[in-house]
Amino acid sequence: MRFDLPNGGSVQALKDVSINLKAGELLSVLGPSGCGKTTLLNIVAGFLAPTEGVMTLNGHDIKGPDAERGMVFQQGALFEWMSVRDNVGFGPSMKGMPSKEKAEIVNHLLDVVGLQDFKEKAVYELSGGMQQRVALARCLANDPDVILMDEPLGALDALTREKMQSLVLKLWKETGKTIILITHSVEEALLLGERLIVMAPRPGRIHKEYRLPFAELGVDADLREVKKHPDFAIKREEILGMIWDMEEEIMGRTEEKA
Amino acid sequence: MTGFLVLAVYVAIFMVAAFIFTRIGTGKDGYTALKTVTFGDESAVRPNRAAGIVSILTLFLLWGMFTGSKYLPEFLHAPAPFAGETSFEYTVEANGESDTATVAVLVHNREENPEKPAIEPGEGFAKNDSIKVAQYRSQLVSFDKNDEVKKKDGAKIVAINGTPVQPGDKVEIKGGSVTISDKGTPNFAPDNGLQMEPLYLPSPEAVIERTGKVLDEGFRGTSLLGHLGWSLFRVIAGFICGAVVGIPLGYAMGLSNWFRGWFDPIVEFMRPVPPLALIPLVIIWAGIGETGKIILLFLAALWIMAIAARSGVSGVNISKVHAAYSLGASKWQIMRYVIIPNSLPEIFTGARVAMGVCWGTVVAAELVAAEKGAGMMIMVASKFQNTDIVILGIILIGVIGFGIDMLMRGAERILVPWKGKG
Repeated sequence: MRFDLPNGGSVQALKDVSINLKAGELLSVLGPSGCGKTTLLNIVAGFLAPTEGVMTLNGHDIKGPDAERGMVFQQGALFEWMSVRDNVGFGPSMKGMPSKEKAEIVNHLLDVVGLQDFKEKAVYELSGGMQQRVALARCLANDPDVILMDEPLGALDALTREKMQSLVLKLWKETGKTIILITHSVEEALLLGERLIVMAPRPGRIHKEYRLPFAELGVDADLREVKKHPDFAIKREEILGMIWDMEEEIMGRTEEKA
Repeated sequence: MTGFLVLAVYVAIFMVAAFIFTRIGTGKDGYTALKTVTFGDESAVRPNRAAGIVSILTLFLLWGMFTGSKYLPEFLHAPAPFAGETSFEYTVEANGESDTATVAVLVHNREENPEKPAIEPGEGFAKNDSIKVAQYRSQLVSFDKNDEVKKKDGAKIVAINGTPVQPGDKVEIKGGSVTISDKGTPNFAPDNGLQMEPLYLPSPEAVIERTGKVLDEGFRGTSLLGHLGWSLFRVIAGFICGAVVGIPLGYAMGLSNWFRGWFDPIVEFMRPVPPLALIPLVIIWAGIGETGKIILLFLAALWIMAIAARSGVSGVNISKVHAAYSLGASKWQIMRYVIIPNSLPEIFTGARVAMGVCWGTVVAAELVAAEKGAGMMIMVASKFQNTDIVILGIILIGVIGFGIDMLMRGAERILVPWKGKG
């Protein structure tokens, strides 16, 4: 997959962003606020058309949103008027899948995310972490080629977040999906990113790219053990410093303007 | 004067009840009881149940007190208007002589029509008189009608009950007062007490009695339920028409630039126009029949429903729409499975408002012109001074309006349980 990306109006949200992702890769994108992470994701999802450049998936151009690219949103974006079961079965229903086949998929996925006892509940009765698991299951039910995650764990508390990170890694390994994950937690980016892209703002561009071993290590392992890995702390400090500098630069610039 | 007294009694009951009931119960239960500071904590404020009951009882108490209801013990009544017999003496001077005669007065209820008290003419050139007066009215006493010396011959009243008087003076007597008019005729006015005249405020039992009567006999050829039924029918018909047109219109305005541009000026202009202001125009165009009323209610509901549906559509969280697109939904599927269910809570809120407005509008429209309906009932009753029917009508209109809102809320709880939980 390849993008050459572009400007939006007078603001250059993204400039010369080019990424090539292989099937089954887990990419995390990190950057200070305003660096165009969400714009990038919206373009990949097909909600925005780039002003310059192209995106290709499996050899065809991306023109708009499609079931081949599933998306998980920060707040879940679940349909609160449907039960958990109907939420997860939404994608298959839209395709007109027979209900028996659909029920199998839904049951299986709810087992995977550990919500088999909550099938008939309304989504607003679930906790934030559970809602996010429903959102993951809903996305997987459609069997997309690529899963796009826009700070999916951002709204969760620290403990739930850690559990969800393990779940994401487990699902990634089990399903072999290609995943693009946007986050502004450095730890999360390190833990979940097989590849990690640090973006810089104004205009949004790729600042640095890493290949990391932690995601592989973290599959079926205790993530806290992974964090004790000697390289982990070094990388974390390095990236934190990088982002810190960028934030300083942004602040400086706005102060000069003012 | 009576108004201030009513207010004073009301405030007194309020304060005494507050004093008593806030000491009996703390008004706090469970968790709230453990809070040390509750002032400014909205969640700790619960309606005091005793206050609610006492409040309603107080209204009925005041109503009974100031109408002399027989449901209340006598001692609670406000001073009643005088009724029964009384009398006063007048002294006439004519041609240098003076004579005294008595006027026997019978003060009676307005509903009754008794005979004047029987009297002896008495001695002297001034003869005794007899009059009857209805409560709350007054009566000129043509004292010289049977006297030997008439007013035009120089007869002149110089004293009432021995008190010397001039024209314009007023003398208090038992059960009322006598005023000498400019022309020298005494005018008797009985004491009104502090109670309301039934014409202004009938007693509770009169209203209840009238309710039974109207239930049995109907009012102007239609039963009570018939009147209310007609009003309800108009509301429901108008509301349904308004919703059937308004909701799709609102959706179109929420989904299409062209529709929004086209209808925005119309909707924004019509929204602040009170439906009541349209009554004359609707009557001119459609007459006073059912069509006119339903058109009016249709117009009342239309804009509210259109705006509710529009804001229901604009209230859809964009990430839900995006989620549905990336799950492979088509435009129609987004409409059917995302936009419509997501806008239902807003539409229900709009429907509640619209039903309330329609109910108010129908009563007002019936006040102007109708042959049947709750509004027509109170309008006609007021013309015939049947205040009890007016009050009955007002109570029924209030109860039905409240009932409609309760039903809508219940329907909302059952049909859109996800309201406010997105």
